[in-house]
Amino acid sequence: MSEKVDERSTDFPQVSQLAEPEKSIVRDMLLRGLKISPAWLALSLVFWGVNGLASSAYGLGLIFANFAFAAALLTWAGRISVGALMFAALGGFVLRLAILTVAVIAFSKIGVFAPIPLAITIIVSHLGLLVWETRYVSISLAYPGLRPSQMTQRNRKEIK
Amino acid sequence: MIDLLAQADNALDGLKAVGAGLGYGLAAIGPGVGIGLVVGNAITAMARQPESAGMVRTTMFLGIAFTEALALIGFVVFILLNFA
Repeated sequence: MSEKVDERSTDFPQVSQLAEPEKSIVRDMLLRGLKISPAWLALSLVFWGVNGLASSAYGLGLIFANFAFAAALLTWAGRISVGALMFAALGGFVLRLAILTVAVIAFSKIGVFAPIPLAITIIVSHLGLLVWETRYVSISLAYPGLRPSQMTQRNRKEIK
Repeated sequence: MIDLLAQADNALDGLKAVGAGLGYGLAAIGPGVGIGLVVGNAITAMARQPESAGMVRTTMFLGIAFTEALALIGFVVFILLNFA
């Protein structure tokens, strides 16, 4: 008499069964981005006029879409296998760069295109949102999005 | 003479576009290698400790995004060379 062993039952959780942190990271980043966007757009309007405003808004939209697409792709691939995750990370990088390039070239045909505000917005928003998110994640890698407490901030100042 | 100068100007514009495209392509190589390293090591970590996959994926996603910023700098240079 042979005993059937259920191969699916294991003490270790499968990668696909674990939480999908990309979604929560990107949700936090988009919320923060939406909060700061009006101020950035107002600055763009002041410095570069209506064309700058439109280009900055387009740049912000591109960066938000880029983050959202990256997270969606990695989450989807993570449910399949780690091999798919690797493929999605590398293939997604090339695909997103291609989409960004096509999107900017298409936008350049429109009259409101202003390259300098668009370029500044792309770099500043991408790096700014990342650094902002990293500050929260670095408090505890296990709980992304955890807000640092007042006590933690006070302790940091005291250490300095 | 004026025709010659106009042709030279066109050639310079063409060379600028070629340079921008080449620069963008070259700027994407480094981040591609970097993302490969980040994801490869993250997968190794997940294989060794599947219970910490959530934490590893958080770090991996941020690592990918930071590495991608380098390619975006190349992209911005491409925009400025082509359109500014």
